[in-house]
Amino acid sequence: MPIHEKSLIREENIRTRDDLVIDGVDVSGHWSTFIESRVVTDYNEDLEDQIAGLPGGENIHRCWQCGSCTNSCTVNALNADFNPRYWIYLIRTGMESELLRDKDIIWQCVSCNKCTYVCPREVAPEGVMKATAHWLELMGHTPKSPSTLFDEVFSEQVIKRGKIEESGIIRGFFKKTGQPLMQNWLTTMAFRLFKKLPFGMMFHMAKSTIFRPKTKGWRKSQLAIEDYIIEQDTKHRKLLGLDKPTSPTPQASNDNATSTLVEAAE
Amino acid sequence: MTKLLSKDKKYKRVAYYPGCALEGTGKAYDTSTRAVGKQLGLKLDEVKNWNCCGAMEVKNIDPKIQTYLSSRVLSNAVNKNKHDVVMAPCNGCYHNLKKAEYDLENDPATKEVVDRLSTKAGHKTYEAGQAETIHALDWIKDAIGEEELSRRVKHSLKGLKVANYYGCMYTRPRHIFPEKDQGPGSESTSEPHFMDDLLATAGAVNVDFPLKTACCGGAHTLSDSDTSTKLVLNIIEAAEAAGAEVIATECPTCHSGLEMHQIRAEKVLGRKTNVVIMYFTQLLGLALGVAPRKLGIHENVSDATDLMIDKRLLWAT
Repeated sequence: MPIHEKSLIREENIRTRDDLVIDGVDVSGHWSTFIESRVVTDYNEDLEDQIAGLPGGENIHRCWQCGSCTNSCTVNALNADFNPRYWIYLIRTGMESELLRDKDIIWQCVSCNKCTYVCPREVAPEGVMKATAHWLELMGHTPKSPSTLFDEVFSEQVIKRGKIEESGIIRGFFKKTGQPLMQNWLTTMAFRLFKKLPFGMMFHMAKSTIFRPKTKGWRKSQLAIEDYIIEQDTKHRKLLGLDKPTSPTPQASNDNATSTLVEAAE
Repeated sequence: MTKLLSKDKKYKRVAYYPGCALEGTGKAYDTSTRAVGKQLGLKLDEVKNWNCCGAMEVKNIDPKIQTYLSSRVLSNAVNKNKHDVVMAPCNGCYHNLKKAEYDLENDPATKEVVDRLSTKAGHKTYEAGQAETIHALDWIKDAIGEEELSRRVKHSLKGLKVANYYGCMYTRPRHIFPEKDQGPGSESTSEPHFMDDLLATAGAVNVDFPLKTACCGGAHTLSDSDTSTKLVLNIIEAAEAAGAEVIATECPTCHSGLEMHQIRAEKVLGRKTNVVIMYFTQLLGLALGVAPRKLGIHENVSDATDLMIDKRLLWAT
């Protein structure tokens, strides 16, 4: 499988001239070689440390840029812009504004672990993707992704009861993301299942919706986990300089810079 | 520990960790696993008062909480059930228990957090090495073996063409499965074959299926459905192209993902596929002569009835 890499020549950097005549020769058109020169001044020197301080990002410093992660990536095969190697490079060099161009797709990592399997340097790129997605949300660069919302609905149930009940999670997730419960594929699925009259299963499902499953004596585990989450959250916010709740100004300006970039890209 | 007792004796009586999915959408996998165990004379002792392992979700909140959840399951199996082998048929549970074992042994920071949470929660801590986690495939393969299994087959699967789908969590990442890739007799992480071996013994023909360990997008099955649908469609179409009549699964998340996105691909992308999706334990159970209803075949969304009647496999009662 070839390594899919994004083109370094971006559309918005291509110069277009409608009436360019040089030495009597008409050379009008798109010129990808006339790239505007660019000086990077907005390095975020703390970026690598920030990602490394979030769960999953710990080993980012080990990366050798071999590209095995991108080559093996499940999502990259569907979308060539999904490029873990490139993002690791951007994070390590502090090119935050470049990284933010891809902020809306980083959460799409499906955790298949192919990258972690092939990585010769034990970077665990899958973990780095999760840490980066987490960072984007903590810094306010992206809203919570559907994946994060799902993780939250799921984890909330586990932490509260010790076990999950799937239909409750599906309902909770659809509600949180404003999707209708009656999606055509879901009704078809239910119809195909129930026409075979699986009475035992129907009884079992009804039972677990009413008497939701719970681990006995879970309360103390719940409290221990909740304390730990607060402890970690405080640690992460401190690391990212977010512990002062009254600092919307630098973040907002950062957001504006990003959206201008995105507009330019579009 | 494993060397003292031969695996076939050790695995005849194991602690059983079904996990949440096997009590919900994967109920048929639970039913068929228990039925196959009973038919083969293997004893399953359900882990007492177990909890969720955290699946693919809790690790995104914090991986150490996930390790704590898995360690509590292992601790209960060791201290309450008095077992040193835990069998988990769900790839997600199996993977998480394996990962917990690895992290508790190799990462002091994780060990510290897990011990702290266990003490606060008031139960015994789990120490790496106290138990061995195995998959349902290891369980049948090592407790019974192919020779014995072939003697127990009552109704051969008669050349039913099967694509064996293992998914991600059974083999990746390599480092949490130290017993795999150990040469002849051991499982391979790049080309897993335990399911192929068992179903071939039961009389199935394993087709040459290149996407055995491809990803079905199970982690984002609802949160990024379009990606999952594309990934599943790839898997199903590759299985069909290889000539498979059935895709055999070994994970409730993969199984329901394949079923759901097979329908979704039909509804959203207009691509209809005909391959049937079944748990490998259901196929094995049919071969061993267990009644289809006791294997929960009617509880699958993917309808296997016509194919089974065609193949004269439903007479095996």
